Amino acid sequence: MTYAPLADCGEETAILPLAVRDLVLRLGEATILDGINFDLGPTGCTMIMGPNGAGKSLLLKLLHGLIAPNSGRISWGKVRPTRVTSRQALVFQKPVLLRRSVAANIEFVLRARGKDVARRDFLLDHVGLAHKAAQPARLLSGGEAQRLALARALATDPEVLFLDEPTASLDPASVLAIEAIVSDARARGVRIIFVTHDPGQARRLADDVVFLERGRVAEHSSAAEFFPEPQSDAARNYLSGKLLV
Amino acid sequence: MQSMGDALGLAVALVLSGDADLLEIVLLSLRVSLTATAFACIVGLPVGALVAIGRFRGRSAVLIVMNALMGLPPVVVGLLVYLHLSRSGPLGFLGLLYTPTAMIIAQTILIAPIVAALSRQVIEDLHVEYAEQFRSLCLTRTQTVQALLWDARYSLLTVGLAGFGRAVAEVGAVIIVGGNIDHLTRVMTTAIALETSKGDLGLALALGIILLGIALGVNAAVQSVRMAAVRHAYV
Ligand SMILES: Nc1ncnc2c1ncn2[C@@H]1O[C@H](COP(=O)(O)OP(=O)(O)O)[C@@H](O)[C@H]1O
Ligand SMILES: [Mg+2]
Repeated sequence: MTYAPLADCGEETAILPLAVRDLVLRLGEATILDGINFDLGPTGCTMIMGPNGAGKSLLLKLLHGLIAPNSGRISWGKVRPTRVTSRQALVFQKPVLLRRSVAANIEFVLRARGKDVARRDFLLDHVGLAHKAAQPARLLSGGEAQRLALARALATDPEVLFLDEPTASLDPASVLAIEAIVSDARARGVRIIFVTHDPGQARRLADDVVFLERGRVAEHSSAAEFFPEPQSDAARNYLSGKLLV
Repeated sequence: MQSMGDALGLAVALVLSGDADLLEIVLLSLRVSLTATAFACIVGLPVGALVAIGRFRGRSAVLIVMNALMGLPPVVVGLLVYLHLSRSGPLGFLGLLYTPTAMIIAQTILIAPIVAALSRQVIEDLHVEYAEQFRSLCLTRTQTVQALLWDARYSLLTVGLAGFGRAVAEVGAVIIVGGNIDHLTRVMTTAIALETSKGDLGLALALGIILLGIALGVNAAVQSVRMAAVRHAYV
């Protein structure tokens, strides 16, 4: 038993590359995202970094089609915007788990999305939760809960996997377990878009980095450029641990 | 007029002897109220779920009406059902007045709003928690409602038990539409009212003890369901 190939999603049109143009999001009086522009290629792992409140989480929700921008464009290949969400998955910072067993949480998604329910055991094993299959999902530890959320996301065979600070407040072993699962997905061709506030994690995973500051892209560069020599003051200060005011 | 002590002794003897008349009354009570609870859930749960996740015009008015209907006085429900079922009423041709069916109808009307209003609150709270995750998973509306109903199962069970508790304890509606006819429509509450007025406190107390026992049992059931759910973090 293994993953269904990506071409099995019943979609002909490629969802990548991604082009984001002049994206603006206002909530109430505040302009949260103020003219975001960047392009992402078809493969790899993009880390989105930036201080708290920079707009990283809301940017992910915009890209995933959960909320709509006030202006600007998000183009996922030539796919119609209404069709992108089902080809992507988002792992939230605080996983929302169903009031069922660990196994039932996976089964629910497989069944709802018309996937082969027999893949449940493979997925649980893949994230190291096979021995917890019968336990109530909401009694899992933080790291286990996040791995279950990852398994559930992978159950939908996403072409793009968003992660919103999935390892915040986890111990190092849990962080590494989650990074290994993400790296594996990346190696199988899943496009990863990963929000983190941890420079070490970004270094370990990034192919490129989008650095947000106060609702704008301060910098978008490859990992090889970004970490030794960030171009923007914002990113340089952030990496060197200076407080941003 | 018996003394309290005599009546209590008689009551205990009646309960312990498994008196046939007593049993008949208790079983009819349970049949009527359990059936009414089932119908009230069949109607009330979907209405509660739809109002919980729906965003439509007039929603707040619906909420106000639902909450107001929770406090319907049983005698008023009895009167309204009576007016419909009496021979000159629009449904008089059915000949349902003074039958257990009439009592089931009245109790269903009495507790369906309770089930709808309480389940609306339960499901809406859960929906707030799940909505964004479900949209990310691209669930259909039907899948969403099914998942919410299942995940709220423990809370909804206590909602159903609350409805049953209210139905089995009310007297106003069933006495008007049932008529408290011996061996036909006499239930615990109407029998207690009648026997007390006749001065037969033994039977009245015996029924009162059983009714209290049922109330305690329902509460114990609610409590143990809650505890099981809490143990599994399913509430
Ligand atoms: N529903 C909302 N209404 C108004 N402001 C919001 C809302 N959600 C988030 N914000 C604000 O938007 C900004 C960006 O939020 P977010 O994307 O969560 O930041 P982060 O980069 O830490 O993930 C923050 O200042 C936050 O306070
Ligand atoms: Mg965030």
